[in-house]
Parts: sequence; structure tokens; C-alpha cells
Amino acid sequence: MEKIQKKSHSFRIGNYINYIVITIALISFIILDNAGFLGRSDLNLLSRIGYSIVLAVSLNLVVGFLGELSLGHAGFMCVGAYIGCYFANSFHEIIGNQIITFVISLILGGLVSAVFGFIIGLPALRLKGDYLAIVTLAFGEIVRNLFKNLPYFGKAMGMQTDAIALERDTMYISSFIIILVVLFLIQNLIKSKHGRAITAIRDNEIAAKAMGINITYYKLFVFTFAAFFAGVAGVMYGHQISPITQETFSYNYSIEILVMVVLGGMGSITGSIVAATVITYINFVLQNELSGELAALKLLIYAIILIIVVIFNNAPKLKPIKEKCNIKYLFARIFNHHKKPEKINDDAAEWNRIESKINMDAILSMEIDVKSNTAFTPDKSEKGDK
Amino acid sequence: MSDVVLKIENLGISFGGLKAVSDLNLEIKKKQLYGLVGPNGAGKTTVFNMITGVYQPTTGAFYLDGENLTGKSQEAINHKGIARTFQNIRLFSNMSVIRNVLVGLHHNKEFKCNPFSSMFRLPSFFKSEAKMRKRAKEILRIVGLEEDRNHLACNLPYGKQRKLEIARALATSPKLLLLDEPAAGMNPHETAELMDIIRFIRDEFDMTILLIEHDMKFVSGLCDEITVLSFGTVLAQGDTKTALNDPEVIRAYIGG
Amino acid sequence: MNINILLDGLSLGAIYALIALGYTMVYGIAKMLNFAHGDIIMVGAYAILTTITMYSNPIVALAIAVIVCMLMGILIEKIAYKPLRGASPLAVLITAIGVSYFLQGIAQLIFGAESKPIELPNMGNFKLLGASIRVSSIITLVIGAIIMAALSVFIKTTRTGRAMLAVSEDKAAAQIMGVNVNRIIMITFAIGSALAAFASLFYLMSIPSVTPTLGAMPGIKAFTAAVIGGIGSIPGAMVGGILLGVVENICKSIPFLSNYTTAIEFSLLIIILLVRPIGLLGKKRREKV
Repeated sequence: MEKIQKKSHSFRIGNYINYIVITIALISFIILDNAGFLGRSDLNLLSRIGYSIVLAVSLNLVVGFLGELSLGHAGFMCVGAYIGCYFANSFHEIIGNQIITFVISLILGGLVSAVFGFIIGLPALRLKGDYLAIVTLAFGEIVRNLFKNLPYFGKAMGMQTDAIALERDTMYISSFIIILVVLFLIQNLIKSKHGRAITAIRDNEIAAKAMGINITYYKLFVFTFAAFFAGVAGVMYGHQISPITQETFSYNYSIEILVMVVLGGMGSITGSIVAATVITYINFVLQNELSGELAALKLLIYAIILIIVVIFNNAPKLKPIKEKCNIKYLFARIFNHHKKPEKINDDAAEWNRIESKINMDAILSMEIDVKSNTAFTPDKSEKGDK
Repeated sequence: MSDVVLKIENLGISFGGLKAVSDLNLEIKKKQLYGLVGPNGAGKTTVFNMITGVYQPTTGAFYLDGENLTGKSQEAINHKGIARTFQNIRLFSNMSVIRNVLVGLHHNKEFKCNPFSSMFRLPSFFKSEAKMRKRAKEILRIVGLEEDRNHLACNLPYGKQRKLEIARALATSPKLLLLDEPAAGMNPHETAELMDIIRFIRDEFDMTILLIEHDMKFVSGLCDEITVLSFGTVLAQGDTKTALNDPEVIRAYIGG
Repeated sequence: MNINILLDGLSLGAIYALIALGYTMVYGIAKMLNFAHGDIIMVGAYAILTTITMYSNPIVALAIAVIVCMLMGILIEKIAYKPLRGASPLAVLITAIGVSYFLQGIAQLIFGAESKPIELPNMGNFKLLGASIRVSSIITLVIGAIIMAALSVFIKTTRTGRAMLAVSEDKAAAQIMGVNVNRIIMITFAIGSALAAFASLFYLMSIPSVTPTLGAMPGIKAFTAAVIGGIGSIPGAMVGGILLGVVENICKSIPFLSNYTTAIEFSLLIIILLVRPIGLLGKKRREKV
């Protein structure tokens, strides 16, 4: 009991590390920017990383936590981009204020996209695995086809968004703020009874049903919720790049987001953030460095990195080597000498079981007998029997 | 009549012409420990699957506290008060022990908290979370898993996994608990302990329990009444001793 | 209805069916989505392009393409997929996507990003019931039908074919019964890739130009066809392919629908799956509780 109490008193930096790192990053970028160290392309990169993180984190909710494969995330982004920016284009003069227009279009784009998420969630109730994957992929292509041919969105030429484009610095700062908000909502959701229900469905759907968890509700909820954020990312994209063209949102882009989620680790929010940043950065650099004839190399290098990383991470035969190189394991050895190695291995449970890397200790540590935290003060009766 | 918790009437199911269970009738009274026994393939688990909504029975009906639950979904049946464990353990294996129980508590009305207040960390979130944790620990204490609560479920030894399944089912605060071979894979010591736990659960929660078990010592030591199934039909029913000594039953088990 | 629309639809369907067979066989036996299968068509197309500029004989070109594609299929399986056997399906899917990018990158590096026209001998048209019919459509249809029939016979009657069925049913059990699972998987990839080579010739007969991304769209469409028919089912792949090809051509011939062909095809997929979640001819599997 003593041990547990001690644990609950300690402040767990792990719970807040994402917020802290992102805030620090934002502050340092603002400082660097004001000092004139960041060029146009750097700021563009930052904004691009911004919406990539939103996309990866929200897709992780579907793939990593709910355990359903979705290949249509770019489709939701497409809906958000077109609808949100169409609204902004039409109303920015009436509203007057650029930021307010941006915020409203973010919410609107997100909501419309969420409606589509709900609709795509319906087949998800009946379909499994690869079948669902192809349905989501089909959805993305349908959306693209519609926006290409419907008369209001500039058809094949794409939709111009120059009029509503945000200044580069406004854009990256707002991107980072959006990331913080999205993280707050998603992480809080995951670390609650609802998050538990969602991971329970992933771990064992039959058992989850037998425990009275409403599978229909949660599957639709997750699809809708994730689609909302994908829509938000689309609006962010549209306020940054003009024109918006439907080619951008092909299934290749959905796959790129999926790659971020898988490489970052399914069910790891921090992993998605890191992977989204790294992959966007690699893409950006390759794109800038390799132009013309060498453009093919970009695809090639990207492909090789992808194959090697996945094989290294997942090949059953390479597992012993991988475990030795595991960062968590190394860190644990350096910092926590008192921890038993077996227990650490449990944490880094094999990848293919789609382990949950959510730090549930966070909630576990919300011990009832914490005296420092008034919100947790339980009824007195409980202390008695302790 | 009012103390009949589960009533099964002419329940039957067939898979593509094959009758897996036919014409099953039984009544279980409140606080009763009822056994469902029979050779492999007799249809015992199929009965469980029917009264938990996994399979839809082709004939007959079943009632919980007089309410007809036939044809309801698994979730709905659980909400009405039937909880179960599985023959081949189905834990949320990548979650910690306590989280498994917390999932069981999920639907409980006492811990209501909508996604919105979870996302914005409203006071109702903290309140319900703290209450759920307290209850989860109490339940784990009953089955003797309190010390293991932070382990991953998949790392528990087999016997403890079975206990955790019981704890998880108990967490849904059922009126009727269905245990599918709870003692399978346990050593004699664990089995004895499990019998105590089951009795304790019955007394503490006024629980009605229906269990499937192959271990006859376990069944005769625990159950007041049993139903013996063979090839989907009832061989014998009633008082445990009498039913087990029924010549039909002995023939079904020993052959000949 | 114009008979040409139907015939072209059928021949397009035959192309989809040939590609879909590759998807479905690999899925049935290796239990993986081979996302790079579409790019095998592209490899075949470049092989045909290269040989035909040297020999200008489509039969030789086809033979070379079949060999190149088979080797490529086997190579990909050995290098990229075999190490991941037993890993999570998602990891395999991502690797397949990596392979797809890799093939496109290589093609772009060697042949350039721009599309290259290819000259296949013109087979002309003939008249039937007052309609002028393209011979290439008929050839595609007939050869496609022969290949599919041969494949069905191969799987039903030969030792290897039956071993394939066994592996698709239960890999472990097949291994215990003495089936060399690695060899069967290799053969599956080889056959699937060979079919893709045929598909690439037929595809070039209707659209005579080659680009590094040539395989993407037919690949996705054929994958859709495989799922419509019930992935893992060989007759399903044929039915799905033909259905999709005919629907596509009919939509394209109706003016106000032609722009929305893609949307209609994919909606068809979604509707079919909603009605029958296992596809038209898929096998139902019940999870034991």
C-alpha cells in the first residue's frame, strides 16, 4: 500500500510531456522566427507538420485504439478542406476578421466531415479488417470524384483559397495551438472510461459485448470523432495551400497518414506525433532537395526507409535484436535501476499484439487516498476500511 | 414463483439442420448454484451462447425475472443482468487487471459520465473515475487479485486469469452469473479456493449462478441442482446426487 | 444498347478479373493484401514496351513480360513479405505499400516520369450485326476466359492446386500434412504475377501508353472487384471483375454519368458489402465463442 501511495504523490511528467514539448517547441519557434532565423519554407514546413500531426493522431484513434483499419482518412480531410474553405471564401468579407473566419470554418469543416465519418462508421459495424479497409478507401475515392465534378468547387482546376490564406506566422502558431487542443481532447478521451471501452473493443470484441459495452455507439463515435479532426486538418491545409485540388487527397495520402500511425506505434499518441513530424520533414526535405530527374529518388528513398523500418520492427526473427535496441529498455536500464527487467519487457510487449502504449498508470495513479488532490477526496467511509 | 431468476422454456437451436440443443427446460431460483454438465459437444456452451445473445435460439424462450429476453442483443442482455465468463478465456489481454474490471463497470448507472465531461475533465469525470476505481478494487479483493491489479492481464497465470474473468463479469452487477468451466486448468488447491470464492459471491451479492463444469467433484461439492445434457437433449435434471447417479447419465459418460 | 459497349465492358472486365485473381489468390493463401500487385502490371507494361521496340512481336513481348513479372513477384515475396510471415497484417500491408512505391520509383528512375506511347499491331475491326467490333476486345475476352478456365482446372485437379487450397484453408494443418507452404506461397505469387503480365498486355491494347503509375488505378479497381466477388474466392474474382468492367463501361457511355464513373463503381462496392459483408461468392466464417 505504501508503495502505491508514494507513486500517486509523484508528479507524472509522462502525462504532460506531449503538451510540454509542443509548447516549448512553439515558444522556441516564435523566438527564432522573431530573430529572423526562420525562412518562408521553414514556416511552411511547420504548418505542414501541424496538420500532419492532427491527421496522424486522429487516425490513431481509429486504427490504434479502436483497431479498425481505415484507408480513407484523406477523404475526410478532403471534405473538411473543401467545405471549410468554401465557407471561408464565401463569408470572409462579411465576417471581416480573418481569425474568426478561420475558427468558424475549422469547426464547420470538422462538423461536415464528422457527418461523413458517421456515415462511413455504419458499414464499419458490419465489416471487418480488410473489407472495412477497402470500403474506407472507396469512400475516399468517391469523395474525390464528387469534388472534382460538382460545379461549386472549381472542378478539375481546384478551389482557389488565396483570399483566405493566413499569414505564414499566424498559420504555424495557430497550427500548434490546434494541436494542443486536439491532443487535450483526444488524450482525455482515451484516458477515461470511454477510452477503456474503445480499447476493450479492440482487444476482444466478443468479451466487450458480453460486458455490456455498446459496440455500435463506440464504433460510430470513434469514426465520427476522428473524421471531425481530419476535417479540421483539411481546413488547416486549405488555409495554407491554394488551390485545393482533389488529387492531393488520393488514397496514397491516406496511406501516408497510416504509415505515420504504424511507424509511430499503434495506440501511441506520442509516437504518432513524432512519426508525423519526422515523415513530414523527410518528405519536405526530399521534395526540396530532389527535383526534376531526381524526383524519382524521393519515392525510392521513402519506399526503402518504409520497408526497412517495418521489417526491422516486425520481423519475428529480428525480435531478439530489436529488444536489445529498444529505447524504452535502454532508458529503463539507465534511469530505473530498481525496475526488474522482466517487467520492462512486459511494457514493451510485442508489437504485433497491437499493444496499448497508453500510460494507464496515469489513471491508476489517481489513487483515492491522495490528500493533495481535493478532486479525488473520496467518501470518508472508504478510508476507514483501508 | 417470484423467486425464479432464470426460466428457460423449450429452448433449442439448430445449425444448418443439425440440432445442437433441443427442448431445454429449466428453472433457477434466486441464490441457487446450478450446474450444467455433460460430455464434450453436448451443447452446454451453446446454451450459454443462447442466453447471452451470441446465438439466436431457433425455438423456445428464456426469461430473467419474468422478463422475456429472447432475441435481445448481447449488450442488452448484459444490461438486463446476465453476465458470463468464457470457456476459452477472453480477457482484454493487453490491459492491466484493474482496467479489465473497470471495463466491466463501464455500463453501471452509478458511474455515469459522458464523453464530453471526460474530454473536458469536468468534475463528474473525476468523481465517477474515483468511484469506479474504488469498486474495482473491492471486486478484485473478493477474488484475491488486488495485489496483481497493475499487471497486464495476459501475464497472469491461468488460474488467476479465470478469476479475473469472474471479477470482470461480477463488475457488471448481474443478477445471474454464468461461469463456463471456471475450474478448467486449475490445480486442486486453486479449485478449492475457487469454490470458496463462488460461494462467497453467492452469499455476499445474493447471486444466482449457473455453471458449466467437467470436474464432477467441483459440481457435486458446489451445486444444489444440475441438468445433464448429452447431444443437445436433457438426460437428467434435478438434485445433484440423484441426477449424477441416473443410469442414463452414467451410460453417457462411460459409454456402452 | 450498343453491343460494343457491352463487349468492351466484358473485355475490361476480363482485365480486371485477371488482376483480381492475383489479389484474391495471394489473399487466400498468404492472408495478405498485396498492395504492390497493381504495380506488377506496370512492370509488365514496361517489359512489353522494351521488348516490342526491339522485336516488335507481341507474342515474344508477352512471353518476356510473363517471365519478368513472375521473377519480380517471387523476388518481392522473398525479400519483403517472407521476413514478415507471422507478423501483424498491418505491418505486411505497409510493407506492400512500400514495395509499391519502390517499384514506381525504380520505373520512374529508369524510364522517366512522362508517359511513353507504345505501338502494338493494330488488329482492326470486324462487322457483326451491323456493329463494328474491335478484334482486340474479342481477343482479350477469349484469352482471358481460357486463362481463367485453365486456372480453375489447375487448382481443382493438380497436386499443387490442391495443396494451394489446403494452405488457404489452414496453413498449419497443411504443413503438418507435408505441404511445403513456402513453395506454395511462392507459386501463388508467380501465378498471380503471370496473370498480371497478361493483364498488362490487354490493358495496353486498349490504352497504348505506359507511365510509372499505370498500375495504380487498374490495381485498385481490380482489388475492388476481388472484394465484390468475395476476396479469397477465385470464381468471385472473375464475377467481380466482369461486373465491375461492364458497369464501368456502361457508366462511361452515359453522358451525364460518365464523370461520376469512379464514384458509382466504388458505391457499388459499398452497397454490395453492406448487403453481403463477405462479397458475392465469399465464404462465411463464424467465430467460435
